[in-house]
Amino acid sequence: MANKIPNRQVICDTLLDLAKGDRDIMVLASDSRGSAAMAPFADTYPEQFVEVGIAEQNIVGISAGLAHSGKKPFVTSPACFLSMRSIEQIKVDVAYSATNVKLIGISGGVSYGALGMSHHSVQDLAVMRAIPGLAVVLPADRHETKKMTEALVKHEGGAYIRIGRNPVEDVYDSDDYEFIIGKAVTMREGSDISIIAAGETVRVALDAEAELKEAGVSCRVINMHTIKPLDKEAIVKAARETGRIITVEEHSIHGGLGAAVAEVVVQEHPVPVKIVGIPDEPAIAGKTSEVFNHYGISADNIKKIALEMLGR
Amino acid sequence: METAALKAKAAQIRMDLLRMIHGAKTGHTGGSLSNADILTALYYRVMNIDPQNPKWEKRDRFIASKGHSVESLWCILADLGFFPKEELTTFSQFGTRLIGHPNNKVAGIEMNTGALGHGLAISVGMALASKRDASGYRVFCLMGDGEQAEGSVWEAAMAGAHYKLDNLVGIIDRNRLQISGSTEDVMGLDPLEDKWASFGWNVVSIDGNDMESLVEALDAVPSIANKPTLIMANTVKGKGVSFAENVPHWHHHVPSDEQLEMALSELTALMESHIQEGQVR
Ligand SMILES: Cc1ncc(C[n+]2csc(CCOP(=O)(O)OP(=O)(O)O)c2C)c(N)n1
Ligand SMILES: [Mg+2]
Repeated sequence: MANKIPNRQVICDTLLDLAKGDRDIMVLASDSRGSAAMAPFADTYPEQFVEVGIAEQNIVGISAGLAHSGKKPFVTSPACFLSMRSIEQIKVDVAYSATNVKLIGISGGVSYGALGMSHHSVQDLAVMRAIPGLAVVLPADRHETKKMTEALVKHEGGAYIRIGRNPVEDVYDSDDYEFIIGKAVTMREGSDISIIAAGETVRVALDAEAELKEAGVSCRVINMHTIKPLDKEAIVKAARETGRIITVEEHSIHGGLGAAVAEVVVQEHPVPVKIVGIPDEPAIAGKTSEVFNHYGISADNIKKIALEMLGR
Repeated sequence: METAALKAKAAQIRMDLLRMIHGAKTGHTGGSLSNADILTALYYRVMNIDPQNPKWEKRDRFIASKGHSVESLWCILADLGFFPKEELTTFSQFGTRLIGHPNNKVAGIEMNTGALGHGLAISVGMALASKRDASGYRVFCLMGDGEQAEGSVWEAAMAGAHYKLDNLVGIIDRNRLQISGSTEDVMGLDPLEDKWASFGWNVVSIDGNDMESLVEALDAVPSIANKPTLIMANTVKGKGVSFAENVPHWHHHVPSDEQLEMALSELTALMESHIQEGQVR
C-alpha cells in the first residue's frame, strides 16, 4: 500500500492551514491529542486548543458552550466513547440546541482491533443518524478527508465524522473532484448491480468491482460519504437503473448504511438489497483486515453475493 | 504469602507481562507495571478467592476499572491457574479471548471493562448486594488517576459513601501520568485525597509500589465502620524497568528486543534479591 498518511493527520494539517485565517476554529481533545494526531495543532495554536482530560461528556458540553459563543469547535475523541458516552450531550446540547459543533470520532469502526467491543464503534452510525439535524460523514481516503474538513469549516451546524486509525489506500487520484456534504460520488458507472459503500469499505467495493468486471458484470460503485443527509436520489437512481444493490459498511448490519439505503429502496423503488457488515455480536478480536475477512467484508465475498443476486 | 515472596512474585509478573507484550507487539506497558505490586498484594494475599472455583459466591470481587492494564491481570490469572499459562501467547491475536481489556468470558474476570469511569459504579452495586444479602464479600476497584476526570467516578463515589459501603475499597494507581503527559497538566487533580475525603471516604495514602505498605493498608480493610475506603497508591508508571519509569510514551510503548533483554535482566536481579531476602528471614 502506497499511502502512509492516516486521515487523522490530514484533518490536523487541514485545520492548521485554515486556523491561520480563522481564529474561531478550535480543537478540543480528551487525553486524545496523540491518537488524534492533533499535537501539532495544540503546539501551534495553544490559544485555539482545549484539553479536557478523560471526560467525553464534558468535552461535548464545553464545545456547545464555545459554539454558542461564536467559536467553531472540532472535538477529537475516540469514536467509541464520543458516540456513546457523550450521546445525550450530542442530542441535546449540539443537535437540539443547534450549536455548530463538529464531532470527529477517531479510531472508529473496528480499527482498535483486539481492544474489544468497548473500543469498537460499530453502532455509531445507527445512533447518530437517528438524531435530527446532525450531519454524519465518513471520508473514504486522505483526499476526501481534506475536502471534507474544508467543507466542515464552512458548514453551519452539528456534524459527526468517523475516521479510522490507520492509513487507508487511496480511492481518488487527487482531490480534484467535487465534494458536497449530502451528495454521493459515483466512483464507477455500471448497469447490472450497484455497490454502495462508505468510509474504508469504499476501497473494498472498488476491489469487488474490478473482480466483477473480469467476470463480465457491469457494476456501479457509489461512495455514500454522507450517511445523513442521505443522497436519496443516487439510491433511487441505482435501484431503478441496476435493479439490485449491495451495501458494505464497517458497522453493525443493524441501523447503519445498509438500513438507511433499504429504508429508501423499500419506500421509493423496491429492489433486492443485501447488507454486508458486522453481525449482531461483539466483533472478533483482530486487525481490521482480519475482522473484515472474517465477516465477509471482502472483494471475494461481495463478488459471490453479486453473482448470486444476478443468478449466475 | 509473606512480603518478600510477594515482592519476588511481583517481579516475576512484570517479566511475564513484558514478554507477553513484546510477543504480541501491543499492550499497555506503563500502567501494567505501575499496578503490578497492587495486584500481586490483592491476588496472592488479600483477596479471598479460589482459582478452582472462580464463581464461588463468597469470593472477594476485583474490578479493573483501568481495564487497559489488563496485561498484569492476565499474567496473574494464568499464574494462579484460572486458565493455562500457554494461552498467554494468544494475547491480542486474531480470535483470542485474551483481548486488550478484561473479558468475562475468561474465568476470574468479573466484568468487561475498558471504557474508563465504569468500574466504581459497578463495584458500588456489588458491594451493595453483598450488604443486602449479608454475603460478607468485599469489592476492590482499581482506578487510574487520569480516569478521575470522568464524572461517573464521582457519582459512584457519592453513592458508595451514601450507602455506607465499608466493604468497598477503591484504589487509585496514582502514577501522575496519563497518555498526554502529567495528570496535573492535562486536567489537574490535586488535592485528590481531600476530594475523596470530602466525598465521605476513608482515605489512606501510601507508596503503592512498596509491598509492606500495600500489605498493611489492604490487610486492614474494612478499616472504618460505615465508610468506604480509598487507597491512594502513589506509584511510578513503568515501575521496575529503569528506562520506562515516568516516561509518558511507555503508556502503550512495546519493548524492542534489546529493551526486553535489559528489562528482564534488571527484574531477574530484583527477583533473586527478594528470594534471598525471604530465605534470610
Ligand atoms: C472512556 C474512555 N476514554 C478514553 C479512553 C482511552 N484511554 C485508555 S488509557 C487512557 C489513559 C489512562 O490514564 P490513567 O487513568 O492515568 O491510567 P494509567 O496511567 O494507570 O495507565 C485513556 C485516555 C478509555 N479507555 N476510556
Ligand atoms: Mg495514570
